[in-house]
Amino acid sequence: MASDAQGESGGLVFHPMDQFIVKPLFGDGPVGMFTITNVTFWMALTILTVVLLLVVGSSGRSIIPSRAQSVAELAYGFIRKMVEDVAGKDALPFFPYIMTLFMFIVVANFLGLIPLAFTTTSHFAVSVVLALLVFITVTVVGFVKNGMAFLGLFWVSSAPLALRPVLAIIEVISYFVRPVSHSIRLAGNLMAGHAVIKVFAGFAAIAVVSPLSVAAIVAMYGLEILVSFIQAYVFTILTCVYLKDALHPSH
Amino acid sequence: MATDTQAGQEMPYQEELAGECVVDGYAVGMPQLCFDWWGNQIFWLAITLIVIFFVLSRIALPRIAAVLAERQGTITNDLAAAEDLKAKAVAAEEAYQKALVTARAEAQKIIDAAKEEIKADLNDAIAKADAEIAARAAEGEKTIAAIRSSALENVKAVAEDASKEIVAVMGGKADGKAISSAVATRMKG
Amino acid sequence: MEGELAHIGAGLAAIGSGAAAIGVGHVAGNFLSGALRNPSAAPGQTAMLFIGIAFAEALGIFAFLVALLLMFAV
Repeated sequence: MASDAQGESGGLVFHPMDQFIVKPLFGDGPVGMFTITNVTFWMALTILTVVLLLVVGSSGRSIIPSRAQSVAELAYGFIRKMVEDVAGKDALPFFPYIMTLFMFIVVANFLGLIPLAFTTTSHFAVSVVLALLVFITVTVVGFVKNGMAFLGLFWVSSAPLALRPVLAIIEVISYFVRPVSHSIRLAGNLMAGHAVIKVFAGFAAIAVVSPLSVAAIVAMYGLEILVSFIQAYVFTILTCVYLKDALHPSH
Repeated sequence: MATDTQAGQEMPYQEELAGECVVDGYAVGMPQLCFDWWGNQIFWLAITLIVIFFVLSRIALPRIAAVLAERQGTITNDLAAAEDLKAKAVAAEEAYQKALVTARAEAQKIIDAAKEEIKADLNDAIAKADAEIAARAAEGEKTIAAIRSSALENVKAVAEDASKEIVAVMGGKADGKAISSAVATRMKG
Repeated sequence: MEGELAHIGAGLAAIGSGAAAIGVGHVAGNFLSGALRNPSAAPGQTAMLFIGIAFAEALGIFAFLVALLLMFAV
C-alpha cells in the first residue's frame, strides 16, 4: 500500500486518511452499531460544549451578560435573524431545529480542529444524515403546507411554455441533487482541509522542506478555522433557503 | 499501490474489498466510505442530535429568549423612565425660571417700596428740620430784636442821663423834656 | 498498471479544484465590484455571497472527492 511504501522510505510515516478511522474506545473489537467509539467520545464532547455554552453560559440570566452568555446570545440572535431574513417569519417554528443543526456542526467542526481530534462532521455518514434530515423535512413541510401546489416549485411559470417541461426536468434533478451537494460540501470541505494538513505534516519529516511545511500547516489551520465556521453557516443558510422554498414554493 | 506490495499484504488488501476497513492500523481506502461504520456513526449522531435538540428547545432557547426579552423590556422601561425624568427636569427648570422671574419682580417691588419709604422719611425729616430751623431762626431774630430794642432803650437812657449830667455840670437847669426830644432827634439822625 | 492509471486520473480530477478556485474568485470579485459601486446594499447581500461561494466550492470539492476516490478507493 502507498502508506507502507512511503513509511519505509522515511517520508510519510502515516496515512493522511488515518485520522478518520473509527475505532472502539475500549478494547479492539469490531465496530458494531452500539459500540462506544471515538465517534461517541467526540459527539459527547460536542454535546458537552453546546450545553456549557448555551445552558451553563446563560444560567446567569443577567441583564448585563457575562462573556459566555453574550456568546450564547450572539449565536441565538445570529441564527434567529438568519431564519427570519432568509426563510421568513413563518419559518420560526423550525428555529430550534435549525439552531440544533448549526450548533452541532459548528461545535463539531471546531472540536475537530483540536490536534489529534476526530472530526465527526468529516464523515459522510454524519453529513448525509444531516442533509437527508433537511431534505425530508423540507419535502414533508412543502407537501403538508402547500399540498400538490408544492409541485409548482418545479413548473417555472415565468418561462415560455415550450421551455417549461425541460426546465421542470432540470428543476427536479436539481431538487434531488440538493442533499448530495449539501452533505458532500460539508464533509468534503472538512475532510479536504484535514487531509491537506496531514499531507503537509507528512512532509515535515523531511528536514529540507520542514520549515515550509510547518508554515503551510499554520496557514491551512487558519483557513480551516474560517472553513469550520463558514461551512456551518452555509449548511444552515442553505437549510433556510430550502425551507423558504417549501413554505413559499412560488418563484 | 497494490502492485508494489509484497504477497503477504495482498491478502488483507483483498479482504478490504470484502468490507475490512483498517489493516495493520492503517486506513484502507477512504474511511468515509467504510459502510461498516455507518451504523455506529448514525446511531450516535441521532442520539447527539436528539440530546442537543431537547437541551436547546427545552432549556437554552427559551431561557435566552426570556433574557433577551427581559433586557429589551428593561431597556424600554429605562428609556421611558429617562424620558419621564427629562420631562420632569424640563418642568422643574421652567418652574425655576418662573420663580426666578417672580422673585425678581418681588425684589424690584420691595426695592421700590423701600425707596419710596426712605424718600418719604427723608422728606419728612427735611421738612421737620426746615421747620425747626425756621423756628430757631425766628426765635433768634426775636431775641436779637429784643436785645436791639433794649440796647436802644439803654442807649437812650444813658444818653439822656449823660446829657442831664453834662447840662448840670455846665450849670444849667436840665429840662427833661427838651433833653429827651433832643436825644431822640439825634438818635434818629 | 491500473493503480498508476488511477493516480493519473486523480491528478486530472484535482484540476477541478483549480476550476472551482476560479469560480470562487469570480463570485467574490464580482461581489466586491458590485459592493464598491453600491456600498449601502452590500451588507444585505453577504448571505448571497456565501451561498454563491458555497455552490462554486462544492463542485471543487466534488472534483477533490473524485481524486480521493481514485487515490484510495479504486
